[in-house]
Amino acid sequence: MNSAPQSPQPVIVFDDVSIAFDDKVVLKNLSFTLYHGQTKVLFGVAGTGKTLILKLAMGLLKPDSGRITVLGEDVTAMRERDLFALRRKIGMVFQESALFDSLNVEDNVGFRLLEEHVAAAEMSERVREALRFVELEHTVKLAPSELSGGMRRRVAIARAIIANPALLLYDSPTAGLDPVTSTTIIELLVKQRDAYQVSALMVTHRLQDAFVMATHAYDAAQGKMVLVPRERNWDSRTSFLVLRDGEKIFEGSAEEIANSEDAYIREYLTP
Amino acid sequence: MNFSLTDWIKKNVLAVQEYALLAVRSLRNLFTGPRYLGDTLQQADIIGVGSLPIVVLTGFFLGAVLALQSANSLARFGGLSFTGQLVSLSMVREIGPVLTGLMVAGRSATGMASELGSMVVTEQIDAMRALGTDPSKKLVTPRVVSTVIMLVMLTVISDLFSMAGGATVAVFMLRLDGNQYWSTAWQSLGLGDIVMGLLKPFVFGFIISTIGCYYGMSAKGGTQGVGRATTQAMVSASVVLVVTDLFITQLLLTFFPFK
Repeated sequence: MNSAPQSPQPVIVFDDVSIAFDDKVVLKNLSFTLYHGQTKVLFGVAGTGKTLILKLAMGLLKPDSGRITVLGEDVTAMRERDLFALRRKIGMVFQESALFDSLNVEDNVGFRLLEEHVAAAEMSERVREALRFVELEHTVKLAPSELSGGMRRRVAIARAIIANPALLLYDSPTAGLDPVTSTTIIELLVKQRDAYQVSALMVTHRLQDAFVMATHAYDAAQGKMVLVPRERNWDSRTSFLVLRDGEKIFEGSAEEIANSEDAYIREYLTP
Repeated sequence: MNFSLTDWIKKNVLAVQEYALLAVRSLRNLFTGPRYLGDTLQQADIIGVGSLPIVVLTGFFLGAVLALQSANSLARFGGLSFTGQLVSLSMVREIGPVLTGLMVAGRSATGMASELGSMVVTEQIDAMRALGTDPSKKLVTPRVVSTVIMLVMLTVISDLFSMAGGATVAVFMLRLDGNQYWSTAWQSLGLGDIVMGLLKPFVFGFIISTIGCYYGMSAKGGTQGVGRATTQAMVSASVVLVVTDLFITQLLLTFFPFK
């Protein structure tokens, strides 16, 4: 279960990417590759460009230099109108959920299906299925303003996964949430990773969330995630990337980051 | 803070370019799918039906005031019977389109700027793009199309109610004959007046909606930025509308000169 494919296909490739805003360099010569079925967790203090990486991968912004390839397509060279088709293969969960205020939960989750003119009955069924996945089936007719922060985040996850994307981008999915809700959300991400083998890029400030992802696996029989003992190898598909001042200072597995001697990373790891 | 003239010029040239691109894209979207008829009808309801009360009220009372003011001047030359003609020509050619345009700018351009601005600062626009939907097609074009169509209709209604307001003053205060008022008001209108009266709201509707959408889509800086975008949309739409009115009037006068 934890063995990586023999010749994994790259899903996201950042090749020497740099971007600046008002003369302030936010990302500097960043290169990394995310392979199929992997989850890469992006760390760094606020303002190091983590969210920017997700937006660049989505083609919502263009880098000043470098090349970004997503699902085999060069997003840096694509026009906005061509990017829409690519984005339909990707799910993104925004930090503040970004649910549409004017639509109820059902229409938010089924937004992509509405745009594709999917039949009402099929849409309703798929929306309920996605909401069942995040255990919020009962909120289908509620407005986003009637939901708590954690519920909004889970609805956003349901909206991102409804079209069975090949790639998921999570922007601080547990930021500002209580520990119980955070664990619920991380469990959903582990479930999505293990049950559907979806590649993912996740931004987070919470180191413990990333370690939970690396040290746990979803047990379909028990219907919950369970701890994988260290001697049985932590999930090799979950890797860590640490940014400092817009530059990559570490990339490796949970085991490697836990044993890192780098002073900055040690400081970051120590609560 | 140092002021740089070069930066100021660059910023404003860029803003004009961004606005022009949004305006052109909003029109180009009419010829490429997908088209959002449901969103267009919803906006038409919000802009058209929603603006109806203020347009009817301002039109009626402005027509009444115009009749009252002009009657005083016309009476000096013995031309009190021309009150209907003066009210209808003034309202249809000029005041109706401009007044309705300003009312809709105050209500809808600000509404568009604040709604779209809120969506921008809460990342809903990015979320829409991430979900594979073009916000320009889904949000901008329906607002532009519905504003253009609704403003033409609202202007016709405003013209009608302003003439009714003038008629009320003419009959009940100036003691003029109602039939004479309506016949002079109706007969004085020529093809040029109708064309001018209908072409202006067509252009104004485009200006109001594209400016409202532009400021909304380019809002920055949280709720304060949304407030700023709303104010700028109102001010810019009103000023551009009045300036454009001068040029359209001059242009149309060359085709339809006063007889």
